[in-house]
Amino acid sequence: MVDVTSDKDVAGSDEVFKEVCGLVTRFAPEGMALTPDTELAAQLNIDSVAAMDLVMEIEDHYNIDIPINEIADLRTLGDLAKLVRRHVKG
Amino acid sequence: MDIFDKYATIIGRHDKVLEAGTDPFAVRVDEMLSATEAMIGGRRTILLGTNNYLGLTFDPTAIDASVEAARRDGTGTTGSRIANGNYAQHQELELELAAFLKRRSCMVFTTGYQANLAMIAGVAGPRDVIFMDSDSHASIYDGCTLSGAKVIRFRHNDPDDLDRRLARSPEGECKLIIVEGLYSILGDTAPLKAFAEVKKKHGAWLMVDEAHSLGVYGGEGRGVAEAQDCEADVDFVVGTFSKSLAAIGGFGAANHPRFDCLRFCSRPYMFTASPSPASIASARASLRRMANDPNLRAAIWNNAERLHAGLRQLGYTVAAAPGPVAAIRLPDEATAVAAWNRLLQLGVYVNLAVPPGTPNGACLLRCSLSAAHAPAQIDEVLGRFERLSQSLRELATA
Ligand SMILES: Cc1ncc(COP(=O)(O)O)c(C=O)c1O
Repeated sequence: MVDVTSDKDVAGSDEVFKEVCGLVTRFAPEGMALTPDTELAAQLNIDSVAAMDLVMEIEDHYNIDIPINEIADLRTLGDLAKLVRRHVKG
Repeated sequence: MDIFDKYATIIGRHDKVLEAGTDPFAVRVDEMLSATEAMIGGRRTILLGTNNYLGLTFDPTAIDASVEAARRDGTGTTGSRIANGNYAQHQELELELAAFLKRRSCMVFTTGYQANLAMIAGVAGPRDVIFMDSDSHASIYDGCTLSGAKVIRFRHNDPDDLDRRLARSPEGECKLIIVEGLYSILGDTAPLKAFAEVKKKHGAWLMVDEAHSLGVYGGEGRGVAEAQDCEADVDFVVGTFSKSLAAIGGFGAANHPRFDCLRFCSRPYMFTASPSPASIASARASLRRMANDPNLRAAIWNNAERLHAGLRQLGYTVAAAPGPVAAIRLPDEATAVAAWNRLLQLGVYVNLAVPPGTPNGACLLRCSLSAAHAPAQIDEVLGRFERLSQSLRELATA
C-alpha cells in the first residue's frame, strides 16, 4: 500500500493532519507545537492502549475502521495522519 | 544501546510503586491457610483478590482425586497431545465438559490463556476479520495477533458500535465477534443478547469467553449466555479451569461439526504439553461439584451483595452492579497504591489495577469474592475498609 502523497511536507499541511492534531491536543504539554515528527509515546505520553482509544475517536470522526494490526508501529503524528489518510481515501 | 531500553519508562513507574511499600505485582504468599486466608508478610490476611469464585481450591474430594491421579499417572505427561498421546482423563474431561455445557464437542487446553490463543488463532485466519471488544483480556488480544486476521476493535459493551463497524465491513469475509461474559477488571457483564442480534443480522460468528462467569452466572452455572438465554447464538465458548474450577487449564466448546479439526490445525493446542493429571483430576471433581451444588452459587451471590452494599455505604465508588468482582475507583495511581498498601497492612489482600491494564485510565482496587468467604469475614473486611477511608482522608488532607 504505497501512498505517494504522504511525504512529510504534505502531511504537515493537509486537512487530515490538522484534524488529527485537534484530537491529540489534549495529550500535549502546554505550549508544545505539534509537527509530523512529534512522537506519540515519547513526547505525548500516548501508550499502546491510549493509541488504540485515540484511533477509535478518529474512526468515529471519519466513519472508517482502522484495524489494530496497523496501529502497532505508529511512531509519530505524521505516521498517524498517513494511516488515517489511507483509510479515508478507501 | 541496551536491549531493555524500551522498558525504561515502565521500569521507572515500577520503581515509584516500590517506594510506596510492598510490590503489588510480586506479592509472596508464604502459606495458604484456606481458600480465603493466607500468611502474607508474617500476617494472617483475608484474601479478597483471587479468582477462586466457588472456593473449591481446598475441596477434599478434588484434592483426593488430584493426589490419586498423580500417584496413578505421574506428575507430568508424555508431552503434546497430538505428538505424544492423550491420557484417558483428558478425553473424559472433554466429554464431561461438553455434556455440562450442552455442546457437541469440547477441547481441553493447558491454560486458559492458551485456550484463547488456540480458539482464536484456530477459528480465524489471515483472510478473516475479527471484531473484538475494546476491554478484552490480554489473551484475546494475543490470540487475535497470532491468528493473522484483520482485527477491528469496537467500543466496550456497545452493540450499536459493533453494528456500524460490521455494516462498513466488506462482504465475502468471515467475521468473528469476540466478547467476554463477565469482564474481570470492572466486573461488568456483556449485553450478549444484543450482541447476538447484531451477529445474526450480519451473518457473523460469535465467540464468548466465559472465564470469569462460568459457575457463577446462569441457572445451571454455564455463564452469562445462559443467564441471558442466548446460548444458541454463541458459536464458540471459551473458559478456564483457573477460576471457578480451582485448577489450571482451559477449554473451548462448540456445536460445529468440524470443530475438532482444531486438534490438528491450532498451534497452541498442538505444540505444548498436555495439562497435568493432577490438574485434570481436580477439574473433573470440581466440575461435578459445581454442577450438583447450587448452594455454591447462592453463597457467592450473597457475599457479593453484602460486600457491594457495604462498600457503597462506606462511600466507595464501585464500578459495576453487584457481582463476583467489586472494583473500587480511586482518583489516581498514587492514591490507589497507598490504599492497596494500607489494606495489606490491615490484613486484606486485594488486586491493584492501573493503566494500561485498565480501561480509560482507571485506577482501581479490584476485590473479588468467593463462595468460601463466611459472611463474618465480609463484615470484618468492611470494618477494615472503614479504617482505610480514615487513612485516605488523612492522606488527602496531608
Ligand atoms: C477473560 C480471561 N480469559 C482468559 C484468561 C486466562 O486464563 P488462565 O489464567 O487460566 O490462563 C483470563 C485470566 O487470567 C481472563 O481473565
